[in-house]
Amino acid sequence: MIAKLIVKNIFRARLRSLLTLIGLVIAVLAFGLLRTVVDAWYAGSDMASANRLITRNAISLTFTLPTYYRERVRAIDGVTQVSLSSWFGGIYQDPKNFFPQFAVTLPTHFNLYPEFLMPPEQMDAMLKDRTGCLIGRTLADNYGWKIGDKIPLQGTIYPGTWEFTVRGIFDGKDDGTVTRQMYFHWDYLNERVKQGFPRAADRVGVFVVGIREGDRAAELSAAIDAEFKNSLAETLTETEKAFQLSFVAQTETIVAAIRLVSFVVIIIILAVVANTMAMTVRERVAEYATLKALGFAPGFVVALIFGESLTLTLLGGALGMVLSFPVIATFKSFVGSIFPVFRLSEATLWWQFGAVVVVGLLAAVLPAIRSARIRIVDGLRHVA
Amino acid sequence: MSDTPRSDAAVAGDAALSPPPIVRIRNLSKHYVRGDQAVPVLTDITLDIPEGDFLALMGPSGSGKSTLLNLIAGIDKPSGGELTVGGLNIAQLSEAELADWRAANIGFIFQFYNLMPVLTAFENVELPLMLTDLSRSDRRERVELALSLVGLADRMKHYPNELSGGQQQRVAIARAIITDPTLIVADEPTGDLDKKSAADVLALLQQLNREMGKTIIMVTHDPGAVRAARHVTHLEKGELLGTEVVSGE
Ligand SMILES: Nc1ncnc2c1ncn2[C@@H]1O[C@H](COP(=O)(O)OP(=O)(O)O)[C@@H](O)[C@H]1O
Ligand SMILES: [Mg+2]
Repeated sequence: MIAKLIVKNIFRARLRSLLTLIGLVIAVLAFGLLRTVVDAWYAGSDMASANRLITRNAISLTFTLPTYYRERVRAIDGVTQVSLSSWFGGIYQDPKNFFPQFAVTLPTHFNLYPEFLMPPEQMDAMLKDRTGCLIGRTLADNYGWKIGDKIPLQGTIYPGTWEFTVRGIFDGKDDGTVTRQMYFHWDYLNERVKQGFPRAADRVGVFVVGIREGDRAAELSAAIDAEFKNSLAETLTETEKAFQLSFVAQTETIVAAIRLVSFVVIIIILAVVANTMAMTVRERVAEYATLKALGFAPGFVVALIFGESLTLTLLGGALGMVLSFPVIATFKSFVGSIFPVFRLSEATLWWQFGAVVVVGLLAAVLPAIRSARIRIVDGLRHVA
Repeated sequence: MSDTPRSDAAVAGDAALSPPPIVRIRNLSKHYVRGDQAVPVLTDITLDIPEGDFLALMGPSGSGKSTLLNLIAGIDKPSGGELTVGGLNIAQLSEAELADWRAANIGFIFQFYNLMPVLTAFENVELPLMLTDLSRSDRRERVELALSLVGLADRMKHYPNELSGGQQQRVAIARAIITDPTLIVADEPTGDLDKKSAADVLALLQQLNREMGKTIIMVTHDPGAVRAARHVTHLEKGELLGTEVVSGE
């Protein structure tokens, strides 16, 4: 009966409850969406393995490193394997068709990234084709590319027309793995550079360094950088995660703003629900006084108010959370090319849940205090 | 109304011979503080109400009838004087103790019925029993009994807004008697009703008093309503003018 009192009370002022509920649903949706955007921003760095270091030129990323460093890095104790990786920056038909391409050491690179799943025979085929390439599932789906298809790219950093043949399509281990990029043989890149610009040959963007124990990352990074101290090109080594975050850092203010807005949304809905509860409680002063006259403790009335507020916010929250899935899926289809990973995380669901619980509790505090304090005789006199 | 009212002394004399009164009031006063001014509402009220009485409290609007009733019912606190109900000095109880005491001893009937609109007639009557440890089936039995007593056995599943004013007040009466309280207090129970419904409600209260021995205190300014009572006492500007026996007693 208590539950009935709470639930049926919610829908007494039908329009008001409905509007509040709609507000809650929208707020929870917006909150989830904004947090998903923030998540998406960090997605690259979240999937980064602690067992991978990135070594680059200490001056900046636009400066390269000589490839012979590779052997010296590999010789350091604790390092398992090293892949070269150069950003290619080619254009497919039109600059707006952007997707990342890297020239890497194969198959080493794929050994370093066990989260890329691909049948071994495709890697075999790749190793046999100098101008072959491997593409991620998302990329393949975007352009409808299949194995054997030719992908012509217009070089920007490396001039000329480059044509690659798809030899493998890799899947991500889970949907947190980015699969909208392309890899091809670093040796092929270097070969063509050698013909056109001999002076630019044998230089690489970064080394991807595999290490045996992730907790030695700091120590090994220091060891690598010490190895090239005072040489012509000094290095800067950091974990892959730190490396990714240094890109994100440039946009940190935007992320901070989005995060702030997501909390502002919650504060606004708190004001809306608090107002609804205040109005509700004001209308029921006489009812609460009657309950108290009948012998119900003030705590009972307080529980009714909290119960009603929480039921309302949980209802709106549940609807908002359920709707978040299709809404975010729809959004993904629009922003998929900007954010390779755009999904509702479990953490975001918990945040949404936590937010509605907090809103439900806070919104009820003042009305509950007011109702507990009001004297029975004054309450009974009150005509709503 | 009585043509030959008995004197106060006669009533007091009756009380002296009979068992102790259920409500004993001595020099009771009540004032409200508004700003830094004390507004007196009741001054020096002395009154005994014997067990089994049906007392009508009459007086002009603002004379303090509701205030006196609220004090007796333990939903308001006196400013001075003595007030014992059923031998208990209720002025000394804490808020929580008072709440428990009311749940066990007082049945409330209000002018505007004060039913919970979201609960059915059955649930409204059952409400006070939620504070007891009666089993579900015991509660059901009692609620059904109370509702048939007020003639609404066939309306148990109806919500207040599906009932007439008279019917709602009868549900409220069932709610007031469901815990078998020591005292039933009614503040203008017919104030919002048409003549026919008012008569039904009064007949019901009279039946509760005559047949079941319930002690009832009823505030009213309807002279017709007074006829249902055994005694009537008049209040004016916070002072009692005296108690009379209602004719037909
Ligand atoms: N909470 C309160 N604060 C101030 N004055 C009050 C309060 N309650 C009642 N009064 C005053 O006490 C007087 C008696 O009120 P009440 O007992 O309701 O009268 P009645 O029921 O006889 O019409 C009125 O003048 C009213 O204004
Ligand atoms: Mg009154």
